[in-house]
Amino acid sequence: MIENADQIFVLLQAWLLSFLPAAWRPAAGVVLDVVAIICVFPALFALTTVLERKGLGRIQNRIGPNRVGPLGILQPVADGIKSLTKEDIVPLRADAVLHFLAPLVLVVAVFMSFAVLPMGRNMVLVDMDAGLLFFFAMGASTELSVFMAGWSSRNKYSLLGAMRAVAQMISYEVVLLMSSVSVVMISGSLRLTRIVEEQNQYSGIFPHWYIFTPWGLAGFLMYVVAATAETNRSPFDLPEGESELVAGYFTEYSGFKFALFFLGEYLGMFAISGLGTTLFLGGWSAPFSFLGWVPSWIWFFGKLMLSMCVFIWMRGTLPRLRQDQLMNFAWKFVLPMTLVNLMVTALWRFLGEGWEQWVFCTAILVAVYVLMGRAEMRSEHFGPRRYRYAE
Amino acid sequence: MLGEGILKGLAETAKNFAGSFVSADRLTTVEYPEQRIAPIEATRDFPFLVYDGGDWEAGMRCVACQICEKECPPKCIYIEKSKDKKPDALGKPQFYPAKFDIDISVCMSCQICVEVCPFEAIKMDTEFELSTTDRFGGLLLDRKRLAKSNEYYHKVHPTEAAEVDARLAEEKAKADAKAKAAAAPKPATAAKPAPAAAKTPGGETHA
Amino acid sequence: MRDLGHPPVWTGKDGKPMSIAFYLVAALTVGGGLAAVMLKNTVHCALALTVAFAGLALLFLQLDAQFAGFAQILIYIGAVAILVVFAILLTRSQEAPRGGVFSKSWLTGLAIAAAVFAVLGWAVLQTANLLPRVSEAPVVTVQQIGTALMGRYVLPLEIVALLLTAALIGAVIVAMHEKEGAQ
Repeated sequence: MIENADQIFVLLQAWLLSFLPAAWRPAAGVVLDVVAIICVFPALFALTTVLERKGLGRIQNRIGPNRVGPLGILQPVADGIKSLTKEDIVPLRADAVLHFLAPLVLVVAVFMSFAVLPMGRNMVLVDMDAGLLFFFAMGASTELSVFMAGWSSRNKYSLLGAMRAVAQMISYEVVLLMSSVSVVMISGSLRLTRIVEEQNQYSGIFPHWYIFTPWGLAGFLMYVVAATAETNRSPFDLPEGESELVAGYFTEYSGFKFALFFLGEYLGMFAISGLGTTLFLGGWSAPFSFLGWVPSWIWFFGKLMLSMCVFIWMRGTLPRLRQDQLMNFAWKFVLPMTLVNLMVTALWRFLGEGWEQWVFCTAILVAVYVLMGRAEMRSEHFGPRRYRYAE
Repeated sequence: MLGEGILKGLAETAKNFAGSFVSADRLTTVEYPEQRIAPIEATRDFPFLVYDGGDWEAGMRCVACQICEKECPPKCIYIEKSKDKKPDALGKPQFYPAKFDIDISVCMSCQICVEVCPFEAIKMDTEFELSTTDRFGGLLLDRKRLAKSNEYYHKVHPTEAAEVDARLAEEKAKADAKAKAAAAPKPATAAKPAPAAAKTPGGETHA
Repeated sequence: MRDLGHPPVWTGKDGKPMSIAFYLVAALTVGGGLAAVMLKNTVHCALALTVAFAGLALLFLQLDAQFAGFAQILIYIGAVAILVVFAILLTRSQEAPRGGVFSKSWLTGLAIAAAVFAVLGWAVLQTANLLPRVSEAPVVTVQQIGTALMGRYVLPLEIVALLLTAALIGAVIVAMHEKEGAQ
């Protein structure tokens, strides 16, 4: 019975496929999975927009939208109708083909990255040998669409926003990759299902999630920072900050294309949170061994929504980072920390089981963090400004 | 240590978030139009004409002196004097406005008409929900819509209305006293008030 | 006449003819490559080149070389293409060159390209004749690639790392030189 609840979607798919002839079943199975992903994640996106607006409102001492539907739940429906009925304006001298393709490329690349996430036991669309690499490859393709959007608008402010966005995404992509490599080192595989299975073991009632190890916690924190920057989310939302560049690289978009960019951004957030959950938070495994009776997909989506809440919380709290502060932070602080984290992970593996690995690894990480933090905070020069191009 | 400020900030917003469900001072939204904030006494929106008593036509204080029409900066008041006269609060026969229109789409709520009115006839109202879908005449308020009773004036501006009433009562008392003194002259003192009356104009012109 | 007892070169892994997917991807790649040289707007050329890269990655994936395919996407599309467009933007060469896109001596160029293609084709056909009758592609896992890189090919790996570091330092120095020059 518990097993059935856990595998309910797999059983549902098998039942639906039993109506088809055997030759069609593999292809139809894939199509069914794809349709499920296309239906579930945009619905979650709608829910997240309401949660974000109401959550931000509560953080800012106000109620969020509460007129459409009970407690404002149907607000995304109103937003969707609004964006569908707005006039689609394309600037006269804009590059029409690229202007049209940019949001499509973004949404397609982001949807593709959902294909490797294990959303429950036996619930992954394609179980690839190099699944993690595929995910990062799709993430890299989103940068291209950002650039296309900024360049095709024929607007110097959009172009500036696009170039800033691409620079930011490239810098933090390195950080993202490096903080994931330590997980790959310990679990020994790029296959995401294998990574989750390695974390699905319990010692006593406590799980073996990687976040409960010193290197895993450090890696997770750096992953969160990089994920926030990759999805252009506050406090790294300079490329799309309303007070800076109107809307940055999607200034010239209106109506449904804007809605597609918005969708692409939130889906990117889901995908990156899903990967972070898989790598560090144990994917679909339960937090305590006695909670194993709850279906695995509930744990995965629960952790996903928890990550969304953390994103929303950070958005409501932190002020925006300036471009040079962002880049300095990435290259001068976070990247060295990821390299130190890699070495500490190797040390963890080397020292084997016992108290030594915990003590030494934690000590090294904390010491490096404190020292680098001191160095970073001391290097605030408050003298007269020197302008590079104005002299 | 690096990151301390961020953690403190996150704790503060979490407190705000949790507190907004339990305490009222962490959720300061007033859900208009179901809830409203009571306006303070000095609120002013658009003018209205005060009338005493029950009948708005008979008790209207406005005597159509047209001072407010002349003083209004955007010229939003339009007054037409009546042909006949009717007695006012002090008993004197006065003109009254046959037409008194204020275009509130032009009115800028500067209160100059209130300041210059010698008869305490026009005061500032506090009503603002006057939007209408009638583009042409909906925002042109005529005499009937502008007339509101003195009791209403007391309700929206209590201290002001009390002051105005006190002043008007004082003037009325002075006028009554003068009328009584003028209505009961003694023959013996008839000669005295006459040279006194002749002297005072002269004395006044010197002063 | 050469002995054609083995399966001809245009069959796939199982001896069956190449699937329609292969032809589509090949058409995409070739089309992207052609567009990259024939379009007028330079940024359009760069994006057509990206399409060609994507086609190559799909070809790798068809041959079950997962690591190579995803690395192709990650590196070529995610970094090289972005680099190319940045270079085009920062040097502002978006307009087509004054004398037209094609060079004057196109006949010579055509002859040279045909000669190179003939040599490459002959080399491929020769090696195809010499290959043993293997119907399955080797399965190379990422672990094997890693072991090979760290074991047999560690010296080339380190040299490439040094080269990349030198390039990075050189780029920083060139950028810093500009700062010195401006002051």
